[in-house]
Amino acid sequence: MMMSLLARRRADKRALVMGLALIVLAIVVERDAAAQTVASTYGIGPTAMPIAVAGFLAVLGVGHFVAAFRDGMPVPEHADGIAIAWIALGLIALLLCIAFGGGFVLATTLLFVVTARAFGRRVLLADAAIGFGLGVSIHLLFSKLLTLSLPAGPLERLFYRSS
Amino acid sequence: MDAFFALGQGFLVALEPTKLLFAGIGVLLGTAVGVLPGIGPALTVALLLPVTFKLDPTGSIIMFAGIYYGGMYGGSTTAILINAPGESASVATAIEGNKMAKAGRGGPALATSAIGSFVAGTFATIGLAFFAPLLVQLAVSFGPWDYFALMVLAFVTVSATFGESPLRGLTSLAIGLMLGLVGIDILTGQARMAFGVPELLDGVEVTTLAVGLFAVGEALYVASRFKGNPEEIVPIKGSLWMSREDWRRSWRPWLRGAALGFPIGALPAGGAEVPTFLSYVTEKKLSKHPDEFGHGAIEGVAGPEAANNASAAGTLVPLLTLGLPTSATAAIMLAGFQQYGLNPGPLLFTENPALVWGVVASLFIANAMLLVLNLPLVGLWVRLLAIPQPWLYAGILVFAAMGTVAANPSVVEVGMLFVFGFLGLLMRRWDYPVAPMVVGLILGPMAEAQIRRSMQITLGDPLVFFENPGSATLLMLAAIALLAPFAMKGLSRFRAAED
Repeated sequence: MMMSLLARRRADKRALVMGLALIVLAIVVERDAAAQTVASTYGIGPTAMPIAVAGFLAVLGVGHFVAAFRDGMPVPEHADGIAIAWIALGLIALLLCIAFGGGFVLATTLLFVVTARAFGRRVLLADAAIGFGLGVSIHLLFSKLLTLSLPAGPLERLFYRSS
Repeated sequence: MDAFFALGQGFLVALEPTKLLFAGIGVLLGTAVGVLPGIGPALTVALLLPVTFKLDPTGSIIMFAGIYYGGMYGGSTTAILINAPGESASVATAIEGNKMAKAGRGGPALATSAIGSFVAGTFATIGLAFFAPLLVQLAVSFGPWDYFALMVLAFVTVSATFGESPLRGLTSLAIGLMLGLVGIDILTGQARMAFGVPELLDGVEVTTLAVGLFAVGEALYVASRFKGNPEEIVPIKGSLWMSREDWRRSWRPWLRGAALGFPIGALPAGGAEVPTFLSYVTEKKLSKHPDEFGHGAIEGVAGPEAANNASAAGTLVPLLTLGLPTSATAAIMLAGFQQYGLNPGPLLFTENPALVWGVVASLFIANAMLLVLNLPLVGLWVRLLAIPQPWLYAGILVFAAMGTVAANPSVVEVGMLFVFGFLGLLMRRWDYPVAPMVVGLILGPMAEAQIRRSMQITLGDPLVFFENPGSATLLMLAAIALLAPFAMKGLSRFRAAED
């Protein structure tokens, strides 16, 4: 009886990882606060809150270590890593489009296609058409109706010349 | 009497054609996102923040409030017809509502939730108009120490008291507080946690965090578990009209739900879940047909639905009078006020009464619009559920990208969206609540400003928090709220050991 209880209470890996991550964050916040040079003349300065937050994070980190040896954490369901990777790819495409001036419409088209792929669709052209249409309508709405600008790329410039 | 007059003025504002248009767009959007599973009012308002940046503040805030109310109506439709509550506030509705739909009584279930929402929403909005001025009078005498104590109380209740695990709730809050540190310190002009990245000097945008956690995180989570089989929609059978028996069994739960929802929504008790479940349990206890519970009892739909709408109005009391958000949606709405340089609180009532009372008055109008939108047109809303999930989530991600890129088209901003998205996935998988992090990011810097103001006034005497009756009481409540879950856990373990 006692043995089985002990066996079940082997440290929970996820709780240990979280605990460690929280301790690392606490150290980062504390180091950043320690690098501050200007102090308030009276009252409390700009370092008080970071130090309090660092302390809070550290306490929670220890709390996770304790939890790792006691209740552990709820076990997550099996995840489809490939689906996650597809969406990650779409977000990276968005990032690259912003970084290298690919424009908003191209970015959303890619993001739409890839997300639909993550959910198991393989009808590339139809999805690309929907994504493109969505991107163009959002872009028109923003630039014409709301007078806000979204990043423009070659596609958008083509569009303005014709209109 | 003053409140009555002010509310009349508010109606003059709210009945302007443009304001009616904003309210209409708000309730339409709100109902749509409420019906669609996976996106809620908090996310929708977050996505709209950058879009509404240049629009009229009063109109935009009327629209946000309409979205909040609409989400509460729409959530019930999904809960009843596919047993997949669109919002956590509709979980209690799904228990009896879906049973009713399967038994061919979907029509009356939808009707009692829509009419109940209207009744409760109207009463609760009257409550808001009546109590807000009283609270404002009280709040005028609040010092910075009182505000600080109030925020500490909100931190604790949102993250620890009502969640599943206080440890995970507080961890989410702590990370939010940490993100709130990023940027230039207002008082000394020093950069904190910016690590030499110029884009970080302005701090972490609430929109980016909310969109990352709610939209990207949710899309990743759903994709990771997606198996390709869509939810089964129970077709609406039977008349939408309620029989005399249904009315007789519904009106008391509506009123009781409103009576539970409004005060609990106004307290920093973490949104609408608590009052809806309390209402469900109350109705089960009081019902003359307890045997029907679990098989589709109409009281179990009427009560919780009334409670969640009333709690939405209740949430607006502390938001408008104190600037204190008690739910994720309210937190994002606060960010909405802030983007126009408006600070909810007692001052807003004297400086901009047209806005405050216009918003309150528009809630009555929104409620009436929602009743019309939801009862006869429920068939149209159900069609939204036929959108294939790949397109739905691809669309959500496109709008998420739009929100972030419109606010700030920089690599750093999109990179943060990416990181917060994966953080949201991790938190959903490991069962960490998401809302406390958003509240921490918004309220953290405000709490810091209040504590520093207190220390400047008292020349650094920390005892002020305990000498002042207001702040001392609030901090004591916070301490109780923090320790209560641990104490109850200990108690239940003790009981389990006894069995």
